[in-house]
Amino acid sequence: MSSRSDSRFGTSQLLFGLSVAILVIVVAVPMLLIFFNAFWVDGHFNVLDVVKILRQPETYKALGNSLVLSVGVTFTGTIVGTFFAWLVTRTDLPFKKTMKLLFLVPFMLPAFIGALAWKMLLSPRAGYINRFFIDVLGFDGPLFNIYSYAGIILVETMYLFPFVFIQVSGALERMDPTLEESARISGADLLTITRKITIPLVMPSILSGALLIMLYSMAHFGTVAVLGIETGIYNIPTLIYEKIHQSAGSFDSIRTATVLATVLVITAALILWLQNRILDKGRYQIIAGKSFRPTELKLRGLRVPLLMLCLVYIGFTIVLPTVTIFMVGGLKTYGLPFTIENLTLTNYRYILFEWDLTRDAIWNSISLGLTSALITMFAGVIIAYVIVKMKVRGKGLLEFLGMLPFSVPGSVIALGVILAWSGKYGINLYNTVWIILVAYIARYMAFSLKANSAALEQVHDSLVEAARASGATMWQALKGIVIPLVRPGMVAAFFLIFLPALRELTVSVLLYGPTTRTIGVAIYTLNEDGETVYSAALAGIALIIIVLGEVLIKRLVTGKNSA
Amino acid sequence: MAYIELRQVTKRFGEVTAVDRLDLDIAQGECVAMLGPSGCGKTTTLRMVAGFEDLDDGEIRVGDKLLSSRRGKYYLPPEQRNFGMVFQAFAVWPHLSVFENVAFPLRVRKLPKAEIIARTEEALKHTNLLSAARGSPDDLSGGGKQRVALARALAIRPDVMLLDEPLSSLDPHFREEMRFEIKDLQRRFGFSILYVTHDQSEAMALSDRILVMRTGVVQQIGTPLEVYGSPANRFVFEFIGLSCFLQAGLSPSGMSIDGTPYDWPGGLLPPAEILASGTGLLAARPTEIDFVSAGGVRGVVMRKAYLGETIDYRIAVGQTEVRVQKTRRLPGPGVGDHCGLNFSLPHGYPLG
Repeated sequence: MSSRSDSRFGTSQLLFGLSVAILVIVVAVPMLLIFFNAFWVDGHFNVLDVVKILRQPETYKALGNSLVLSVGVTFTGTIVGTFFAWLVTRTDLPFKKTMKLLFLVPFMLPAFIGALAWKMLLSPRAGYINRFFIDVLGFDGPLFNIYSYAGIILVETMYLFPFVFIQVSGALERMDPTLEESARISGADLLTITRKITIPLVMPSILSGALLIMLYSMAHFGTVAVLGIETGIYNIPTLIYEKIHQSAGSFDSIRTATVLATVLVITAALILWLQNRILDKGRYQIIAGKSFRPTELKLRGLRVPLLMLCLVYIGFTIVLPTVTIFMVGGLKTYGLPFTIENLTLTNYRYILFEWDLTRDAIWNSISLGLTSALITMFAGVIIAYVIVKMKVRGKGLLEFLGMLPFSVPGSVIALGVILAWSGKYGINLYNTVWIILVAYIARYMAFSLKANSAALEQVHDSLVEAARASGATMWQALKGIVIPLVRPGMVAAFFLIFLPALRELTVSVLLYGPTTRTIGVAIYTLNEDGETVYSAALAGIALIIIVLGEVLIKRLVTGKNSA
Repeated sequence: MAYIELRQVTKRFGEVTAVDRLDLDIAQGECVAMLGPSGCGKTTTLRMVAGFEDLDDGEIRVGDKLLSSRRGKYYLPPEQRNFGMVFQAFAVWPHLSVFENVAFPLRVRKLPKAEIIARTEEALKHTNLLSAARGSPDDLSGGGKQRVALARALAIRPDVMLLDEPLSSLDPHFREEMRFEIKDLQRRFGFSILYVTHDQSEAMALSDRILVMRTGVVQQIGTPLEVYGSPANRFVFEFIGLSCFLQAGLSPSGMSIDGTPYDWPGGLLPPAEILASGTGLLAARPTEIDFVSAGGVRGVVMRKAYLGETIDYRIAVGQTEVRVQKTRRLPGPGVGDHCGLNFSLPHGYPLG
């Protein structure tokens, strides 16, 4: 008996040690190195120097831009998301179910590809729409300059509003309809109910979605990089990129980058803390079991106009950019009008089969996505198991480490990985594909932990106890009961990592070397180099891969559920 | 004179007729409970009275005011019907204080401020909530939340109170207390009540009349005593109170159970059409069956359970099990004993 309990003690210690080691190496060390580099100058702890860096014009302008842009996007995205969520859940809008699905599509599209498309349409001189207005309609200047704060906010809003849309439409659907009915029987009309009852009750969901938009926008690289750099609009991630890339790794620029990264981490942590507080304090018990469907607001005369508004919105966020990408990708030369004789498929053939740079990029993204998804999935299930199920000493440390990946933006992870793995501490992975892999694992650990913890929390302890009582050993119980029950969580984790990794830009753009471009990096750099047509063609292929991936998952998931 | 009138009220959901040509009159100050298993259409009926569902046929009036009419193509929205309503899941608003919850119907009516305060406080006083007025309803127990809902419904001084299973989310011991509070408030304010429940004892205790429904069709409307004492059909008999049934062969001279002939049990004379069919169901309440030493329907005691004050017997009569409940003060047979059963207040229903 005693030897058995000893071995169990060993097992749990082993798992615990492994979990701590993974998180320390992958997440904690890079983070600490950032703080260390930011505050430790010439063997001294130095805050004054940090303040000095923050007071440099380019730094505080980037900070200000990040703030302005993310607040702007949060504001517009929240209004748009809440309005459409209300429209598809509480009114008699035609084709509501289809509309609801369509509003989720922008989530699949990488924002930087959207930004690229909008640049092609609305850049002040070359944009197709602007040229149409100047050349054909005789306007004096461009209709709209996308290289501006308004332009960046517009494009980010298009692709980030689903954060609020998902949260709010979910809350509205789950809300107990009698909360609204009791207001109606009390004498309130539908508009009063919406204003006084419905909106206040879903306010926690609105705010929580708004903070997600803010968090994402704050740390967002792609859109600002594509649309802002031309007119000198930098935010924190693009300035970090600029510092690392353009300054050839000088100490000063790395320090500036670490200081910026520190600000980003603190802001992100603050936003997440705020979100947790709102969810904790404001989580009203508004969900009830028995329910009739909520009364729909009759839009009457507004039914068709509002449907048109939805369609126009979807047209502008999904259809127009996608079509633009594919059309430009098929042009013989960028700038030509879209006529049959100007369109060709050679670009697509060239980047798929002939050009090493793009072929490598596709291969790199797929292999990096698969590898990081597999590793992170398994690491995540081990760590989640220790956190959720095991009673080991020092678990608090693990929980803290496990929280870290949630609040670390991509550019921070990339910077930390550069500091840790560039040979300074014995291992040099710089310019190899491995450094990107390590960064992906750190970046997506949060997804894996979330999915696996959720799955593990569903497995009640008594299930394992029942297996043990039936004579199973610890390992048999794990193998026969726990693993089969958390398998859906693991599958979910895999795809939650694989798909975003395919289109990743923020991290890989800081880490790529001559042969280690990813799809995102290739699209971005081709665009930077003026190879707009090839950039668009590759973006089109990326869109196809992404959509195929999403469809495949839907198939897998629904197939499982119906089985 | 009838105060609330439902005439031929019908509701269909697709192919299903949820409520089928329902007629009901409720007098001023009367309490009528709609009773039935889930899915019988009782909640749909209440929601049609409230105005949350439109009718597919028929009409509803209150006093001389038309509320809904299919033929007249008239439909008054719920916010203009001036009813008080209490829902099963409380439906008190967690983002407003107890006071603001109760004041809400008065505020949307744009009453003068002083009147809002006075009437809210009055409603809170009658529901013993004055001390909790400033707090959040989320800090109250289920019973407390339901009192807030009640106060909110009272605040507009309605003539009609619609209650949709208001007690079924409460702990059992709160339920009885709330029953009395509701009855008390009704006595004080004189409103009519339409009450939906699936709990027969709740319906019995609260209402002047009970309407029993099944799959959208009214089975019986009557006082609690009528519904319990003279159930209109087998369903009502079985749904209200404990019941047991024995299939019997019928002939003008008497009846037979599993081939054994018996005399007609006391008082029962089956209607001609049941008698003509040759078989029927003998129905009885377990408490209204007596043990007799000689004669009676013969059976064997299979199980015997003490329920405290009463003893619960399961008696095998041929293939059927008959349930008998007798006070523990009377001597009864033991398990395995043969015994005779006398049906003191039997009912007869057609088979199936």
